[in-house]
Amino acid sequence: MNPSTSQRIAKVVIWAAALLVIAVLLAILLFILIKGVPQINWQFLTQIPRNMGRDGGISSTIVGTLLVTAVAVLVATPFGVGTAFYLTEYTKESRITRIIRFSAESLAGIPSIVFGLFGFIFFVMYLKLGWSILSGGLTMAVMILPTIIRTSEEAIRTVPAPFRDVSFSLGGTKWQTIVRAVFPSALPGIAVGVILGIGRCVAETAAVILTAGSALRMPTSLFSPARTMAVHFYIMAREGISIDKAYGTAALLIILILIINVGANLLVNRFVAKGK
Amino acid sequence: MDERTSPGQKDFTIGTEGVSLYYGAFRALRDVTLEIQPRSITAIIGPSGCGKSTLLRLFNRMNDLIPGVRVEGKVLVDGASVYDRDTDVVALRKRVGMVFQKPNLFPSSVRDNLVVGPRQHGLKNEAQLSEIVERSLRQVALWDEVKDQLKRPAQSLSVGQQQRLCIARTLTVEPEVILMDESCSALDPESTLRIEELMHDLARTYTILTVTHNMEQAARVSDMSAFLMMDEDRAGTLVEYAPTGEIFSNPKDKRTEAYITGRFG
Ligand SMILES: Nc1ncnc2c1ncn2[C@@H]1O[C@H](COP(=O)(O)OP(=O)(O)OP(=O)(O)O)[C@@H](O)[C@H]1O
Ligand SMILES: [Mg+2]
Repeated sequence: MNPSTSQRIAKVVIWAAALLVIAVLLAILLFILIKGVPQINWQFLTQIPRNMGRDGGISSTIVGTLLVTAVAVLVATPFGVGTAFYLTEYTKESRITRIIRFSAESLAGIPSIVFGLFGFIFFVMYLKLGWSILSGGLTMAVMILPTIIRTSEEAIRTVPAPFRDVSFSLGGTKWQTIVRAVFPSALPGIAVGVILGIGRCVAETAAVILTAGSALRMPTSLFSPARTMAVHFYIMAREGISIDKAYGTAALLIILILIINVGANLLVNRFVAKGK
Repeated sequence: MDERTSPGQKDFTIGTEGVSLYYGAFRALRDVTLEIQPRSITAIIGPSGCGKSTLLRLFNRMNDLIPGVRVEGKVLVDGASVYDRDTDVVALRKRVGMVFQKPNLFPSSVRDNLVVGPRQHGLKNEAQLSEIVERSLRQVALWDEVKDQLKRPAQSLSVGQQQRLCIARTLTVEPEVILMDESCSALDPESTLRIEELMHDLARTYTILTVTHNMEQAARVSDMSAFLMMDEDRAGTLVEYAPTGEIFSNPKDKRTEAYITGRFG
């Protein structure tokens, strides 16, 4: 085959593959949105599920999702970002940094159900937190920690060296240099890690069922059990309780994730654009 | 009154005494002794890789940031040995400022770039910060050009303006010594000349050490010149140190002569 023919064929194949992926993605999204969006109305958003979810809305699962995610992100972000700064700024490459990095990488590859089991044994049973938003949030925090560490580390490493040099040369301490010169420049990258983490929390089912439970009541504190939207969707669909409400929940979940991603992007761009 | 400026007192002293510097096992400087004249411009010249930047970075201990660096001998700033264990490195860097090769402004506004240093040293009062901004911009003759755009992103200025802004940023923390590492090499000839003029002005109050590859520039701006070269083992040594006029018209060392004629060639 002559080179220009193979070039042309390769181009067509690559384009076709890309188009197929986008088409499948769009088809799934459209399918769920078309089936689900008509279900979404004021009542759906504000009422508690009644009759196992057959009637009423999904308000308690929205609150459950937001609270579990908030706990996870608020706990995992400081630890993850702190670890990343420790690994990049405060230690030389050594056995310890390799062990920390290896542990984080391994953690990232573990199936979520294993985190669920760990959370169940440790938070629910051992610490006696019961099935609760707190147990679920902490379990999810452990789960998203590796992602936040890895993306933050990457972001910190790509901060241009001159920023550090300037800060030090003006008499900045290490801490001032990190807070004023390195952190702002790494922030967009760190934000990406946190957003990925949020996405995982919102979408998780297995680990959350085992740790936060699947109660339909409106949670009243962090110690209340709760059902997240993803769990609600899973149960509704699996038990065949109400396929319509399941689609409504799924559509809302997708919209929520889209809002988070777009919002985060806008925030990051705005932050970065300040310097442009 | 500040003791350095009061007449009759011992003047500010800066220099090195028998300094060697190692990057791990590699010796980058050998036994360099150099007494810098205060409130003048000293040019450090020499072939690439001979240790000019390394020598410069001794004075504000920026080499400390590189793992495995070891220094032997004495580096003096204001008569105090800066590699003593009890040296306050933060205070040292406040008094020995540095301008880098490329303008390296933070991706924020002109004003924000200028208040970084003072803020790091604990100044919070906005009015005082604004005074510092104006004073330092006037010192580098940039005030009239940017006074209406202090909120503009610093990186939208021309490269020449950016480098003057970097010098202004160095001045905001009121240093006594300014180190410049090839600070004109990224600039066009006109901006270079403006910076050279500026260096002349600043040398009335500040001690300036500048590294340059540009011999014409060294000849134009500096009062003293130090010629550095690599030994057989690639360690940098000071070959000749003399008033610039002498070094360029009548070098004592054959190697200096060869380098300078080669570079002017
Ligand atoms: N961080 C480092 N680690 C190890 N060796 C280094 C480091 N920085 C510089 N060196 C070596 O030390 C020697 C002097 O380097 P230096 O940067 O001071 O030279 P220079 O005269 O400024 O060169 P140039 O004119 O190219 O800027 C060189 O051989 C260089 O390879
Ligand atoms: Mg250099």
